[in-house]
Amino acid sequence: MTILNGLGLTRIPPEGEALRAEVRAFLQDAVKDIPAHIRAKSWSGYDPAFSRRLGEKGWLGMTFPTAYGGHAQGAFARYVVVEELLNFGAPVGSHWIAERQSAPLILKYGTEAQKQRYVPPVARGESFFCIGMSEPNAGSDLASVRTRAVPNDAGWLLNGQKIWTTNAQHCQYMIALVRTSGEAADRHKGLSQLIVDLNLPGVTVRPIEDMSGDSHFCEVFFENVQLAPDALVGAEGQGWEQVTAELAFERSGPERLFSSVVLFDQWLAFLRTEATPRAESLRLAGQILTRLAPLRALSVAVQEKLVQGQSPIVEAALVKDQGTVLEQYIPAAIADDLMAREGAAIPHELMLTLNYLTLVSPCYTLRGGTRSILRGMIARGLGLR
Amino acid sequence: MDHLIIDALRDVLTGQCTPAIVRAIENEVAAHNGCAPETDLTKISATAATLWQQIEDTGFADLLLPEDEGGAGLALRDAFAVWDLLGQHAMPLPLAETMLARGWLVAAGVAVPQGAIALAPHLLVEGGGVGTSGVRGARVAQWVLGQHGGELVLLPVAGAQASPSIFVLDADLRWKAETLVSATRVPAPASLLVAQAGLVSALLAGSLLTTFESTLNFANERQQFGRPIGKFQAIQHELAVMAEHVSAARMAAQIACEAGGVLADPLKVAVGKARTGEAAVEVASLAHSVHGAIGFTTEFDLQLFTRRLHLWRQTAGSESYWQLQAGQALVAAGGMSLDVIRQITDSTAAA
Repeated sequence: MTILNGLGLTRIPPEGEALRAEVRAFLQDAVKDIPAHIRAKSWSGYDPAFSRRLGEKGWLGMTFPTAYGGHAQGAFARYVVVEELLNFGAPVGSHWIAERQSAPLILKYGTEAQKQRYVPPVARGESFFCIGMSEPNAGSDLASVRTRAVPNDAGWLLNGQKIWTTNAQHCQYMIALVRTSGEAADRHKGLSQLIVDLNLPGVTVRPIEDMSGDSHFCEVFFENVQLAPDALVGAEGQGWEQVTAELAFERSGPERLFSSVVLFDQWLAFLRTEATPRAESLRLAGQILTRLAPLRALSVAVQEKLVQGQSPIVEAALVKDQGTVLEQYIPAAIADDLMAREGAAIPHELMLTLNYLTLVSPCYTLRGGTRSILRGMIARGLGLR
Repeated sequence: MDHLIIDALRDVLTGQCTPAIVRAIENEVAAHNGCAPETDLTKISATAATLWQQIEDTGFADLLLPEDEGGAGLALRDAFAVWDLLGQHAMPLPLAETMLARGWLVAAGVAVPQGAIALAPHLLVEGGGVGTSGVRGARVAQWVLGQHGGELVLLPVAGAQASPSIFVLDADLRWKAETLVSATRVPAPASLLVAQAGLVSALLAGSLLTTFESTLNFANERQQFGRPIGKFQAIQHELAVMAEHVSAARMAAQIACEAGGVLADPLKVAVGKARTGEAAVEVASLAHSVHGAIGFTTEFDLQLFTRRLHLWRQTAGSESYWQLQAGQALVAAGGMSLDVIRQITDSTAAA
């Protein structure tokens, strides 16, 4: 059993830690006027000006080659920057998908021309991508997508519909998983990834309001959208392999642990103002800490495997499922703690943050794969299917 | 960590600490329970005496001693792999405890006595004597290393009045005041409770792994409705959740043992003991769920492990105790929780 035996306690190497103090000093100043309930949006927050500032600092595209505007740094250096950004609740949503997934995908599978065209603006924090995977009736059954691109003299003619597309209304581009050959019944065969310029005629983006009142995901409709031949990323028919490799990289990062950390820190600060914190509150703080710390250690250990060129897909799923459940538990547990006080004055700002996370936290165990899908992946890794 | 040591220990345990031997020791001790404790283990359990002698002969109890004292000079972070293995084999003797006690005694300049040493972090002086309840492994130990105030006291099991405890290998012990006066005493270098909680975290990590692996094997073999039960999605999800708890708990136990010497970090131990304790309850429950009624029987080996999961969870402070300790440390620390988390999770081994 190497999956449960193979992750040892390690640490981020010194070259990874090198930037932490500088990043933290920048963030302390950059977010000091943003209220906590806005910072709590973290990687759902949209602020293109902030993304450009990060680009100027060299903190986007850190692992990209310098030839494409990157900084050729190690994955751990990026891990540290991301960890700090999330813990400060910095508004990183504008560039988040482009920097984490789209540009690395293009760097891995794209043509030289695609790399030169699309990657440097991502590293500058000027170009934003969204991901077109889900469809109205596909959902977790991702392989059943029906959006279709048919090759024609001008390139590809795209028709169909995507849904739950994060920040599509703010993005210039989507990387869409579409059917380019065969039928939906062919499952994994015949799927391809295409770069879609969302300003093209025939593209309609319609934001969907979530129950917190935000509209960070969208429906996107394609009606006879004419794409150029070079819209294709990688090989025709290889979209499924490309997508599954892409998903493995987004499952064990700090974003699966720290989505509720702004609230956690705000609540801890409130406990520190109380003359005598309740023992139950201290115990809850410890319960969250003693769950979170081993997951962070696991996340770092998985990152190390990725750096070594391994594909710890199951290990990443183990971290993601537990991390997102804990992220979801934090607002519920803190609400229980705060409302156990009789007549205590709870700061309004703390309640705003609590309310926001209470309403948005259902998505933690949906985005990047539902709990059921992840548990199925773990079962597959254990040899049960 | 020296892989030769681990491989050698694995060989000994695979051959000499089988489920049959664990059962024999428990049964032999049960037959003597209520009787006075003995210094000669053969009078209580010949099987325990044989296992102890094999371990003593190979030097595993001395691994934490410096090399010039006949040990291997291991630190706690190296001992994790040893204690993990003991947990994987449902070790019925206080070997992990003896390793730690010998390490501490030698560091204090005290010669180590022959035989197994159980731990009693909370010795209570009362009515002219000293006592403590639920000493883990006391029925198969010759000594108890207890903590009383700022002192460690080494007490002979043979000099104690013993009464049965809840777990068959444990005992409630009571010594006369004279025994306490004449006992070897040294200043305690740290909290014995913290030390015990750290090693129990590692034992739990091992038993969690075996419990999970045997449940996974069972799910692949047990046929119901015409196919292995592991093919059913509900069972797959139960096993996935078990794997999650086991992975997090094993990492937490490594954190608990993350120390360069023989003294553990209290906050790291708090993380290890709280998280392994949570996992013990969940994993034991899920294991029995997957096994159905078969796993509930005495004759099936699962019980050797799930009883230990609950027992070790109840040893050296429960989740509530260690969560409170961790929470107090976190609130006292101030600043961002991230910095406390980094302090807990960053190994200092390569720094």
